Amino acid sequence: MTPVGSNGAAAAPTHIETDVLVIGAGGAGMYAALEAARAGAAVVLADRSLIGRGGATVMAQMTVAAALGEQTPDHWQHHLSDTLAAGRGLCNERLAALLCEDGPRRLREMDGWKVGWAREDGHIKQAQAPGHDRPRCAYVDFLSTGPAVSRTLRSRLNAANAVRRIGELVIVDVAVRDGEACGATALHLPSGHAVTLAAKAVVIATGGLTGLYRRNSASSNMGGDGYALALRAGAELIDMEFVQFFPIGHLAPRLVGMDPIMWDPFRYKLGGKLLNSDMREFEQDYATRDTRSDGRYVLTRDLATYAITREVEAGRGSPAGGAYLSFQHVPEAEIRGAFGPVVDRLAANGIDLAERPVEVAPIAHYHMGGVRVDETLQARVPGLYACGEAVGGANGANRLSGNAITEAFVFGARAGRNAARRALQGLSRWSPEAAAPALDLLRSAQRRDAPNLAAVIVELKALMADTVGPFRTEAKLRSAARAIDRLKTEIGEIPFSSAVAFDPVLVDWLDLRNMLLVAQSVTLPALARTESRGAHQREDHPGLDDNWCVNQLVAFSRGQIQLSRSAPSTRRTTA
Amino acid sequence: MKATLAIQRGTPGEAPRVESFDVTFEHGQSVLDGLRALRCEIDPSLAFRFSCINANACKECMMLIDGRVDYACTVRLKEGVTTLAPLPKKTLIRDLVTEIAPPDERLWPRL
Repeated sequence: MTPVGSNGAAAAPTHIETDVLVIGAGGAGMYAALEAARAGAAVVLADRSLIGRGGATVMAQMTVAAALGEQTPDHWQHHLSDTLAAGRGLCNERLAALLCEDGPRRLREMDGWKVGWAREDGHIKQAQAPGHDRPRCAYVDFLSTGPAVSRTLRSRLNAANAVRRIGELVIVDVAVRDGEACGATALHLPSGHAVTLAAKAVVIATGGLTGLYRRNSASSNMGGDGYALALRAGAELIDMEFVQFFPIGHLAPRLVGMDPIMWDPFRYKLGGKLLNSDMREFEQDYATRDTRSDGRYVLTRDLATYAITREVEAGRGSPAGGAYLSFQHVPEAEIRGAFGPVVDRLAANGIDLAERPVEVAPIAHYHMGGVRVDETLQARVPGLYACGEAVGGANGANRLSGNAITEAFVFGARAGRNAARRALQGLSRWSPEAAAPALDLLRSAQRRDAPNLAAVIVELKALMADTVGPFRTEAKLRSAARAIDRLKTEIGEIPFSSAVAFDPVLVDWLDLRNMLLVAQSVTLPALARTESRGAHQREDHPGLDDNWCVNQLVAFSRGQIQLSRSAPSTRRTTA
Repeated sequence: MKATLAIQRGTPGEAPRVESFDVTFEHGQSVLDGLRALRCEIDPSLAFRFSCINANACKECMMLIDGRVDYACTVRLKEGVTTLAPLPKKTLIRDLVTEIAPPDERLWPRL
């Protein structure tokens, strides 16, 4: 028999059996794998990139919030109050409470694993960050907290015999049988072969969707694939309209070898000034809208994003289309003192902060929305769990700074433990038929080179940035929905391929299949929500509307996105 | 400004071939920027690894650049010819992609 497909998937698939499959090896996925193994389960930890290299955690430079009470007396309830206030009425209070209550335990566990939290006078040092009522944010050092966290979890994993790590494995779909998750179908990139994985529980730890936007602070593989996997498996998504933009992402001159969100700690330390093209400070013009200023940051993230976008729209932007960030008022010695060797890395990029400002602009940073889960981190599909940024609900309409790594640890550990518990109690529901649709999809791939899918991805990112960015209108959102439909038609239902081994064209097609579904899942609830709240700002509907103090849910059925609404979960137990 | 990328391509068992592509660039852009633009504008089938794009955090974009092992995300594009080749001491997968995963993180560790 002649294989139909033109790629390696035409060969018989490789099959792997395990108790728990964790998809995504960032902070949340690694923690989930460790905890599932600790609970006695056999684990496969799969990532489309190399293990522990992709995702957001390794890129995170900043701080990790938890009520450790090391710097100043604290209680997790205070952390919860701040988290709920930032979420503007939409937090799932039970998930937020889990995050805040479990946070200290997980940070201390990481401390025991020698992550190296910065210390002062014998205690873990905790910094003040915007939106927190007291110093609560631990860090390793200002530019390498994420890498230190990743390194620590990787070395724990290396010692965990029950965890099989498999990199370069792109999960195509979660396998579902009788409504329950039972494994997954994957593409092994180096060989082009299809792989089927039988698992008694599946954990989605794929991070957020900032890769849908032209400028973002995450790795290239953060296109929201986990949301699409969850939707197609029958799960619901929640709060998908809330994409957090980081106001002062680096814009120009081209900065390589450094994270684009690096300016924040320095701005915090040295009081960098945001200037428009008239070289005038403009934050105060927008400050009256904000009652939560902490005195050092004039504006919280969402308002600073608004201020910069408005200045650019009014024709007062910097040449590259953002604002200037200036440290010229700071003595050179003080700059050197705060930046240390970073000054030399900046010099290699042609940046001299004492001489001239840099340009910054809002950059997609984090996704509040995600898979809707219960307190066990299980989606409405039995056997399907989510953790980390892939989970929606804990942060409501706006995330408090410092909560992202904490949620990776806390939700990772819980999802891993609960997935292991299910796996150890249950029988395998695996059946080869559950993988058949995704295998058929891979086998149907055809060699095609038009349209150029890499260019289509660039087009989609521009579209999302320009029409589903931080400031939205009905007209822009409607045009986005139409354009997404057009792109869906352009890529069609048959995968493109160009080679057997490491085929970037097939990966682009599989990515677009996910990205377009997720782009719709952001655009449609954004269109429906006719108010402005947190990270969702409608220029045609300014201000909060109490009638909109509800979460929107996204489901996928018969090829269509379906929206519904639900009141935010409180901590009161319902019957 | 225009850079010419002379890229060694092919899979194991094939005779390696060098293909040259011209990409326009702005001062300060990286070799990785050039490779990404090349995929969008000329040949999407070109295989190379990257994840973090420009933070030098993931260390995946290591290759031979003008004969030296370096990261495509931190080396700048220049006018004239830049030669790119896969890492010489690693098993070739395709084009600029080599087997750099630790053996116990591969699907088939013995392959």
